Amino acid sequence: MAGNPLWLVAVLALLFLLLLFWPIQGVFWRRLRGRQKTGRVLVEDALKHMYEMGEDGRRPTVQSIAGALNITTARAAGILAQMIARELLVARTDSYQLTAEGRDYALHVIRAHRLWEHYLADATGYVDREWHAQANRQEHELSKRDVDALAAQLNYPTHDPHGDPIPPSSGALPLATARPLMALHAGQLGRVVHLEDEPSELYVQLLAEGLYLGMELRLIEHNDREIRFWAEGCEHVLTPVLAANISVLPLPLSSALEPEASVERLCDLPVGAKAQIKTIAAACRGGERRRFLDLGILPGTLVEAAFSSPSGNPTAYRVRGALIALRREQANHIHIESVQEVVDAAR
Amino acid sequence: MLRGKAPPCAQCTLGEAPLQPLGGHWANADYVLALAGNPNTGKSTVFNALTGLRQHTGNWPGKTVVRAEGGFDSGGQRYKLIDLPGTYSLLSTSADEEVARDFILFGNPDVVVVVADATRLERNLNLVLQVLQITQRVVVCLNLMDEAKRNGLTVDADCVAEDLGVPVVPLVARTGEGLPQLLQAIAEVAAGRALGSPYRPHSATEVLERAVAELVPLVAVRFPGLANAHWVALRLLDGDARIVEAVERGELDALVVARVAGDEQRSMQAAQAILQKAEVLRWEVGSSFHEELMEAIYADAARIADRAVRAVRPEHARGGDLDRQLDRLLTSRRWGFPVMLALLALVFWLTLSGANYPSQLLYAVLIDWLHPLLQSGAASVGLPWWLRGVLIDGMYLATAWVVSVMLPPMAIFFPLFTLLEDFGYLPRLAFNMDDMYRRVGAHGKQALTSAMGFGCNAAGVVAARIIDSPRERLIAILTNNFSLCNGRWPTQILIASIFIGALAPGRFANSPAALAVVAVALFGMGLSLGVSWLLSRTLLKGEASSFYLELPPYRRPRFWQTIYTSLIDRTLIVLWRAVVFAAPAGLVIWSLANIQLQGISIAEHLVHIFDPFAVLLGLNGVVLLAYIVAIPANEIVIPTVLMLTVLMGRATGVGAGAGVMFEGDAASVEMVLRAGGWTLLTAVNLMLFSLLHNPCSTTLYTIYKETGSGKWTLLAALLPLCMGLLTVFAVAQVWFFLAGGG
Repeated sequence: MAGNPLWLVAVLALLFLLLLFWPIQGVFWRRLRGRQKTGRVLVEDALKHMYEMGEDGRRPTVQSIAGALNITTARAAGILAQMIARELLVARTDSYQLTAEGRDYALHVIRAHRLWEHYLADATGYVDREWHAQANRQEHELSKRDVDALAAQLNYPTHDPHGDPIPPSSGALPLATARPLMALHAGQLGRVVHLEDEPSELYVQLLAEGLYLGMELRLIEHNDREIRFWAEGCEHVLTPVLAANISVLPLPLSSALEPEASVERLCDLPVGAKAQIKTIAAACRGGERRRFLDLGILPGTLVEAAFSSPSGNPTAYRVRGALIALRREQANHIHIESVQEVVDAAR
Repeated sequence: MLRGKAPPCAQCTLGEAPLQPLGGHWANADYVLALAGNPNTGKSTVFNALTGLRQHTGNWPGKTVVRAEGGFDSGGQRYKLIDLPGTYSLLSTSADEEVARDFILFGNPDVVVVVADATRLERNLNLVLQVLQITQRVVVCLNLMDEAKRNGLTVDADCVAEDLGVPVVPLVARTGEGLPQLLQAIAEVAAGRALGSPYRPHSATEVLERAVAELVPLVAVRFPGLANAHWVALRLLDGDARIVEAVERGELDALVVARVAGDEQRSMQAAQAILQKAEVLRWEVGSSFHEELMEAIYADAARIADRAVRAVRPEHARGGDLDRQLDRLLTSRRWGFPVMLALLALVFWLTLSGANYPSQLLYAVLIDWLHPLLQSGAASVGLPWWLRGVLIDGMYLATAWVVSVMLPPMAIFFPLFTLLEDFGYLPRLAFNMDDMYRRVGAHGKQALTSAMGFGCNAAGVVAARIIDSPRERLIAILTNNFSLCNGRWPTQILIASIFIGALAPGRFANSPAALAVVAVALFGMGLSLGVSWLLSRTLLKGEASSFYLELPPYRRPRFWQTIYTSLIDRTLIVLWRAVVFAAPAGLVIWSLANIQLQGISIAEHLVHIFDPFAVLLGLNGVVLLAYIVAIPANEIVIPTVLMLTVLMGRATGVGAGAGVMFEGDAASVEMVLRAGGWTLLTAVNLMLFSLLHNPCSTTLYTIYKETGSGKWTLLAALLPLCMGLLTVFAVAQVWFFLAGGG
């Protein structure tokens, strides 16, 4: 049986062919499907781009689409022709407009994207820098049914982790009330409701600055060179380019907020000391936040730092009669005021 | 009545409601009870006290991981009792909470018994109030009243009952004190006497109240007479997918007493109206809705607890002081780790040294005495030689070996482990170790599952359920095999004492051997951390996510009961599966050794095939074959190695015939192995390979069941195996290089 080496070659060749053309799972068929997918990805990205342009009151053109999708104008024109054939859009004299069907399709892709970001933020350990890129891939993979199931699994969230509204399945998007940070006037209070995640270089800088959704701030001043504001007891200075990517919800001046006041955090509470919880920072979200609430860690609760582990992290806190160990990273999210101040305020 | 020991409640007088535990036989129950409660409130103890079943209870939050059912007779009624998973809340949509919530809502139990820890009443009332939102058929039992008293707290149960509007019974479930009153309260609620309407949070915010007020009438249109419409509205506003589904499919119909027969289309429209309204309102109430709701519930809980709980002694003079001192010692910078190491060393020392004598005894009885007896017995009834061989020399001997080698250490290790657990030390262990696990992106509770793995990896994999974030749980499962399990300790010890002990002169022979075994175990722990780090950088990428760990108060373990339950539900179960796997393995080994092809046995053929490859790894063909045969159970590696070595004719004049396992004393084992061409390298590599190879088939099966994924199971098998092959290969090559150079 062994003897003739040709046998071996023939068997190997057969195996190779099987690998290539095995029904459905074969490499050849996979590649073919991959090619088709690229077509679909481009169509969906074009839809998204056109929808967003429309929201901003701008008009999408072949050039703008080619730019956004990073393809040649010729290819973009081809994609657009394909979309017109599928009745996703109609050509106007100098631009294109989405049909109702195209608009629904675009909203579906946006919904998939934002839900997936929500999923990554709440249910996985991926860091915030990675959410957007992952969602950009996943948005093309999810069918309408998948997206509905995902929304149910996440308990129908209304906003993605960047503060963008997630379109409901009925399609309508509520009007945005957020304004750019620059629109605040000096001394006005606001709450960060959106951090634009594109381009990602700027987004990373925003995160590095310690900004998060729900952060409350007071604008000090803004001019052509810089924007300065108070948040969590620190003065932040941003360039206008960076600040343009922050949207805020203006808050009434009467709000009892003091972004100037320095923030005390539970992780800095020395062992043996007691404090009252003021807020749980909005950066702590999803299951982690809910677990805190379940354990009775919520605004107004008295806590005592009982003891630390040999390495100093985690620390055990006495909360409502129970001993609960938290890591430093988590206790960092819990803002406190020391008990002495509470007593003073009561007088 | 349940066989075995009388349950604790049988001794106490029960007045008008004599308790007849029915154990697991609870068919045709008159009433169905659900048992809910926070983790670690003694829920399992209450369950056991009522049903007489011995469910394992531990001082370790999140212990009950599978749903238990039982039953009992009281006052002429038969009750079926369902033990729900322990949860802090019903609103956070973890898998456990969903199970508990769904049963309370859709399972339509006649009574929900909520076990609350009297020492942490406020926190426990959170869950009580959430249950009360769903149903009014509730009995609250304030367990651990003895602990509260020791801590200088008095809890006024009547006062709590007044505020909640349901019966509240003080209880010491450990001793059965208060059990008759609990049974009476259960009977009353089950009979439906005096039920009010479900609780609503008193201190809800205006926005929340307004949204609920808009939604409730719509719910009432579709489900007229639904008692907990208020709660359903709140759940819809919170976006609870399960409740949305229940509204859509009309599942809530089952909860409406007087159901109005309406036409299908109208119901559908009414349901859609509810859901659409809820979706609009969700945007209005905003994302802080959940928090406002929890704040409202906790505000009520705090008010009730404030009224009911009195501290009879000032804080510093309470019994909790001892707890504090213990905590200060056990988690201190200076003493935390030394105490931990000392305790673990003590556990292992007791296990290993304590197991020695009973092991020898079992060996003498099962193998030296019973085996020849069986052989001659079988010969006298005229069984053919091959049948005798398969049954007695193969299956019986393999099983006898496993029992005599494994039973004693497990019967010591598991109860000791359980005692530490009951005492409350294990959560402190996780607390101390968490920093290391955090650095590698894992969960602190992995320290517990790893420690459990020292007993049995399959048990450790199951224990990983206490980790609630999926990523960290998977890491704990995949790395559990690096804890040297009970099946592998004997191999390590035997080989180390023969080959490494020989490096030191006579009297000191034991210390290098012990050090070598400890070194291998520590190497395994290091690898467990290293692989966790690797996994969280690659396949299971992500940051360490939420971590919380409740440190329960120290409790004096009930010594005899602990021994009893841990013998029953850990030792015997693990042993049973080992036996189940050992007997067929014995059959295979005997057949391999005795079926001949071209004049020599199959085993010898295989060993010759493996030999050239094995030499590269610094092992030999016998070891590799033994590991393949021993995939079902690691315990039989050594006997298989011995048997094959003798069979290969590399050692003569020792032991019995082909395919017969034996141990004999260390001296004769040494003779066999040295005659088989074993060197120090073979020994070292065998010890390493014993640490690093695929988990046994039971563990793999458990991993498959726990992860539900063939992919992860395959990784769990291949990862340690590849690491093992690489390690022994590297050691062998370095060894050869040094030996060649020197």
